[in-house]
Amino acid sequence: MFFKKIALVSVLAITAGTAHAACEISGNVSIVGNEFPAIQTVAKGAAACSGGEVKSNLTADHQKINVDGMSGNPAEYSSAIIANSSIVALMNEDVIRPLNDLVAEYGQDIPKNQLITIDGNIMAVAFMANAQTLAYRKDVLAEIGADVPSSYEDVLAAAEKIRAAGISQYPVGGAYKAGWNLAQEFTNMYIGHGGEFYNAGTAEVAINNAQGVATLNMLKKLTEYMNPDFLTHDSNATGAEMEAGNVVIMNMWGSRMGSLMDAEGAEEQVYSNITVGGPLTVAGGTTPASTLWWDGWTVAKNISDEDAVATFLAMKHGTSPAILNDETMSQAVWMIEGYTPAPVNDGVFAAIAAGTISYPMLPYHGLLHTALGNNISDFLLGKESAEQALADTEAAYTAAAKEKGFLN
Amino acid sequence: MKHKPFFWFVLPSALAMLCFIFFPIISVVVQSVHVAHEQVIKVVETCDLFGCKESTTVDQDATDALRAERPLGQFAGLTTYADINHLAIDEVGDNWRQSNSWREFGSQMLNLPFYKAIGFTLTFTFIVTPLVIVFGFIIAVAVNAAVQKIRGPLIFFSLLPMMITPLVGALILFWMVDARGIIGATLQYLAGDPDLSVKASTPLTWIMLMVYGVWHSAPFAFIVYYAGLQSVNQDTLEAARVDGANRWLQIRHVIIPHLLPLTTFIALMQLMDNFRVFEPIVSFSAEAHATSLSWAIYNDLGGETRQLSSAAATSVLTIIGVAILLSPVLVRTWREFDRK
Repeated sequence: MFFKKIALVSVLAITAGTAHAACEISGNVSIVGNEFPAIQTVAKGAAACSGGEVKSNLTADHQKINVDGMSGNPAEYSSAIIANSSIVALMNEDVIRPLNDLVAEYGQDIPKNQLITIDGNIMAVAFMANAQTLAYRKDVLAEIGADVPSSYEDVLAAAEKIRAAGISQYPVGGAYKAGWNLAQEFTNMYIGHGGEFYNAGTAEVAINNAQGVATLNMLKKLTEYMNPDFLTHDSNATGAEMEAGNVVIMNMWGSRMGSLMDAEGAEEQVYSNITVGGPLTVAGGTTPASTLWWDGWTVAKNISDEDAVATFLAMKHGTSPAILNDETMSQAVWMIEGYTPAPVNDGVFAAIAAGTISYPMLPYHGLLHTALGNNISDFLLGKESAEQALADTEAAYTAAAKEKGFLN
Repeated sequence: MKHKPFFWFVLPSALAMLCFIFFPIISVVVQSVHVAHEQVIKVVETCDLFGCKESTTVDQDATDALRAERPLGQFAGLTTYADINHLAIDEVGDNWRQSNSWREFGSQMLNLPFYKAIGFTLTFTFIVTPLVIVFGFIIAVAVNAAVQKIRGPLIFFSLLPMMITPLVGALILFWMVDARGIIGATLQYLAGDPDLSVKASTPLTWIMLMVYGVWHSAPFAFIVYYAGLQSVNQDTLEAARVDGANRWLQIRHVIIPHLLPLTTFIALMQLMDNFRVFEPIVSFSAEAHATSLSWAIYNDLGGETRQLSSAAATSVLTIIGVAILLSPVLVRTWREFDRK
């Protein structure tokens, strides 16, 4: 009886899902992308199209398979869902096609700002935005009588007060795990200091400068208020620390605020007081020490025109207002018409309003990100000077960029 | 065996080795001496959700022609091997000339990624391998001495660490040594230091990785030794006992000589395995404290831009390292074979 009911409910749900899906395609679609709720919603929305097969392979390891999966002819995947950092790998290998003709014929209703245009070619269609901003416990800040921090200097001052008041020994959180996460924190802070990563118009790195040193010093000062294991904490771990009530202030991804503020995994006292703030600035700068991100979809180059059209239509449908409902609304900061922001999304909107810079979409920036992730932990561990860590990073990047043909 | 049947007998495995070992290695070597074509970079206007700005991109039309002409990329010879991310020939030379003491030279060397990785890899290999042999032997002798009835369950439990997937096994230990985990909290209590954190200290992280390595591999040595113990000549043991040899003397003069050839086998396998240490570094998120050659390959391939030539060069260096490491054991085995 119980199973019958479940079966009935799911049949109803499926028919309800397809009822307002006016999406007809005549070709096959195969999607590869990262795995988190918002992307699952998009893939589900694309799969609502009828007339062709729509497959999806959503995995956290999508970056390891999407280039290879799109290099063959015909390509295994007809669409890759990517972010502004990972589209570069696909463009470098020339496996995604410009969408100008498809947009002209089938996508006139897609808002212009969603079209990611490089040198006049539309390479992707963005559907959601993300940024790292402040998350804090309003009850604790009220208890110590501190205002909501707007800069990292404020964070340090508040952290000292919280520690002195005996509320938490390690009140600051951050995704400082050696590797990708740590490099991301450096990128944020370096941009906040007004640093430029390269000599203009070239692939020559230039981070061993006053801003670079100031960036590392600020990161180190923050780590003094973090759990000593900070080099092993990714955003999952530091989020758990906040839910456990140990961390009071941290810089966190907009897409993860929802799970911090829901009733799961934390006591009422904790989750009901977690509040989202705007991005932080540093050293008196006006540019936030954060980066803006978008997620979007692409269409593979090596597929038949029929499949390309089908992919375009299915992905367009998967990111259309039809996918928005009570459940999916809070999954992301959707760049889709009909989206109404919830309080969890305040941070990302504040970041956009504050003029936060997008994460660099440069062909060689992935190499610098890797080099940063491998080399700056030695400084945070106190094994070497800031200048040495930056020089090591530059050397590692330069060798890698030579190997990839970006430098001679 | 006659030559002809021997040939047919060996052919399938020789073919398989050719396809699955020899050709891939050739391909890795070829990859490692090539680098990507010069990328033609152009300045373009990029627009995204948040506005337009000037940036750069790869000029695909200009680069395509180069790629079609020479799909392997540019021939680079050994430059990838010599660069700072691998053997760092120039930097090592500079260190040698500029450093005033061995200590300074050593610390400068460990700041180079390849030597940092090889430093940990060799330490791990030469500490874990003997410990695995010793612990495996002790467990085997102990289990063999147990009453027949409980031997089955004992063997099962002794083998458990090897059955657990390395990534999962390492994660279990990772959470146990957390400052709030059972081992981490016990260590804090014993050391009288509430801020002690295994994960934050380089020496403690190294010890943790090696403890894990021994825990995971000891069952392998155990099961090999245990199998060997079943074939110990009972008459010899009996004779030793009649001569008044105590348990230790029996082990020393009968069992250990009997198991010696197996030790060579275990040492070979463990040297190879430990030289390729990888999973614990990932599971323990230990890359800030310890890296290995295998981890370096993974890191090259895991970034947003894959560095295939760099990974290939590290792979070739790993193969050379394994060959050097195994050469004494192989030479010994060959001599013994020759003598017979």
